[in-house]
Amino acid sequence: MILVITEQKDGQINRASWEPIVAAQKLGQPVKVAVPGADTASVAAELAGAQVAEVVRLEAPELASYTADAYTTALAALVAAEAPDFVFIPHTYQARDYAPKLAARLDRAIVTDCVAVKPYEGGFAFARPVFQAKLYADVVLEGPAPHLVTFQAGSQKIDDLARGAAPAPVRVVAAQTGAVRQQPEAPFREARQAVDLTQAERIVSVGRGIKAPENIDLARQLAEALQAELAASRPICDAGWLPMERQVGSSGQTVAPRLYLALGISGAIQHVVGMKGARTIVAINKDAEAPIFEVADYGIAGDLFDVVPAMIAALKE
Amino acid sequence: MKTAVCVKQVVTREWPLRPNDSKTWIRDQDATYEMNEPDAYALEEALRLKEKHGGEVIVVSAGPARVQQVLREALARGADRAIHVEGDALAYADAFAVAEALRAAIAPEGVDLVLTGLQSDDQGFAQVGVVLAEKLGMPHATIIMEVEAGAGSLRVKRELEGQFFQWVRMPTPAVLTIQSGINTLRYATLKGIMAAKKKEIKRLDPPAGARSRQRIVNLYLPEKSKQTRMIPGAPAEAAKELVRVLREEARVF
Ligand SMILES: Cc1cc2nc3c(=O)[nH]c(=O)nc-3n(C[C@H](O)[C@H](O)[C@H](O)COP(=O)(O)OP(=O)(O)OC[C@H]3O[C@@H](n4cnc5c(N)ncnc54)[C@H](O)[C@@H]3O)c2cc1C
Ligand SMILES: Nc1ncnc2c1ncn2[C@@H]1O[C@H](COP(=O)(O)O)[C@@H](O)[C@H]1O
Repeated sequence: MILVITEQKDGQINRASWEPIVAAQKLGQPVKVAVPGADTASVAAELAGAQVAEVVRLEAPELASYTADAYTTALAALVAAEAPDFVFIPHTYQARDYAPKLAARLDRAIVTDCVAVKPYEGGFAFARPVFQAKLYADVVLEGPAPHLVTFQAGSQKIDDLARGAAPAPVRVVAAQTGAVRQQPEAPFREARQAVDLTQAERIVSVGRGIKAPENIDLARQLAEALQAELAASRPICDAGWLPMERQVGSSGQTVAPRLYLALGISGAIQHVVGMKGARTIVAINKDAEAPIFEVADYGIAGDLFDVVPAMIAALKE
Repeated sequence: MKTAVCVKQVVTREWPLRPNDSKTWIRDQDATYEMNEPDAYALEEALRLKEKHGGEVIVVSAGPARVQQVLREALARGADRAIHVEGDALAYADAFAVAEALRAAIAPEGVDLVLTGLQSDDQGFAQVGVVLAEKLGMPHATIIMEVEAGAGSLRVKRELEGQFFQWVRMPTPAVLTIQSGINTLRYATLKGIMAAKKKEIKRLDPPAGARSRQRIVNLYLPEKSKQTRMIPGAPAEAAKELVRVLREEARVF
């Protein structure tokens, strides 16, 4: 049996939760789905539409807002009681916060950021990115069950979800959370941003390949010639070379322009999730094997300091 | 405030990565190394907390002899002393084995705070800090973008998805995993480099029984999911052709 731990906040399911369910269904074993929280009725009803053996509402007032302590204690007891072969979890920020602790509490192996499950010597190997997704590794887990696996968002197609003929049974389990040391305040967003990249038709985005703040101007000239907005990868904003509000990616804006031109960006997953919806993606990178070329429609493997001035000249013709 | 900062040595970003013959790790015989990026931010945060509240900054690294390079660098930037848990197998160990090695070094120190980076650039487990917290019996919070230290407690700003943030309070001692960009890095001065030569690096053996529970059975270049049209030629011609293609075929402007 595979136990999938889903994620909800204020009665809204985190969409990434469907992906480990899809992954579990594909392995052909019975699947149970757990949803921790204080009031999970509506999310459980939604989850029960999937073809699964059971939905477990893991409930306690202390689970109303997420804390690592409460989630770990409640989930460790559930996993011990259910004794699954695997525990599948979406690789969200929340899972990053508690899943390794849960594995340590249970004293079981965990593999994070999995993109695919492959048969291997009678068991399974789990594919995951290493070295910032410049390489991938098939990883084998050792020791007693259950093994924990977190799945990268986008690794499974939600459209592949098998739906049940009738809703799956739903059971409520009263959770014990023990002492909780973290006191969370309400989540918030920073003041509204002056730059709205989500509406941009064209974006020129710079990464660490731009080398120095004074070179940003070169990208700006290209952006002007293309009538494009200027954006950046996270390290450029971290260094203060461009303001945070121009950051694209999982901790920045999600954009979908007609043209996204990536200059000296390697194509880490946290960047790609923010721009893969662009209609046409162009990458200029001196490393022909940079992961950005996996999502690009057009590419030039070359030095941006040679290519960009030539592009500006060509655009002015 | 007595703070331990965990720093990992990773291959430099520009190093051309190639799987080794057994495809279990990279060919790293003559690789060049640097400090894992978020760990540099974690160190900076610890130095700032010390400047504000006093105390001591201890840097800890687990790995082969070569990791002394990043420990020296941290000492040059201002850390007071270093602990090196030395073992060749720690270079490829999983998060449990690494966290166990770090726990053995940190537990006897009686620190108020442990800082790690949120993720390593090579393995990218995003686990070591959280597992270490559980092993040390300390509360933790991940992906931290601001730290307010009070007497016996912390208030920290967690980065969440979709540009949300959240403040969380917890008692010390605690473990925080630090996100890149939390502060602005300082670099070592000549004076710092000289001073670092006299600072102590304590060497420890890895604890017995810290075995990895996962192993890499195949390491490979990513498979392409999309047909990319690579535009060949010298930069000037390629640029010209790209502009033509974008204008006439992709019609994006
Ligand atoms: C929780 C979390 C959240 C994150 N959120 C985000 C986010 O929202 N957005 C984001 O971008 N990142 C985010 N990151 C960071 C992300 O993982 C990568 O570290 C980052 O995207 C890398 O930025 P980069 O591609 O600019 O730099 P690098 O990875 O250093 O790549 C630089 C590239 O430039 C190329 N290059 C160098 N010189 C030249 C030249 N002269 N000409 C052409 N090419 C050249 C190199 O070949 C390389 O591919 C996040 C990470 C984590 C862990
Ligand atoms: N071998 C190591 N020595 C010291 N610190 C480490 C080591 N491996 C990981 N860490 C710390 O744990 C963080 C997360 O690493 P990881 O779980 O590998 O993604 C890193 O940013 C480091 O701060």
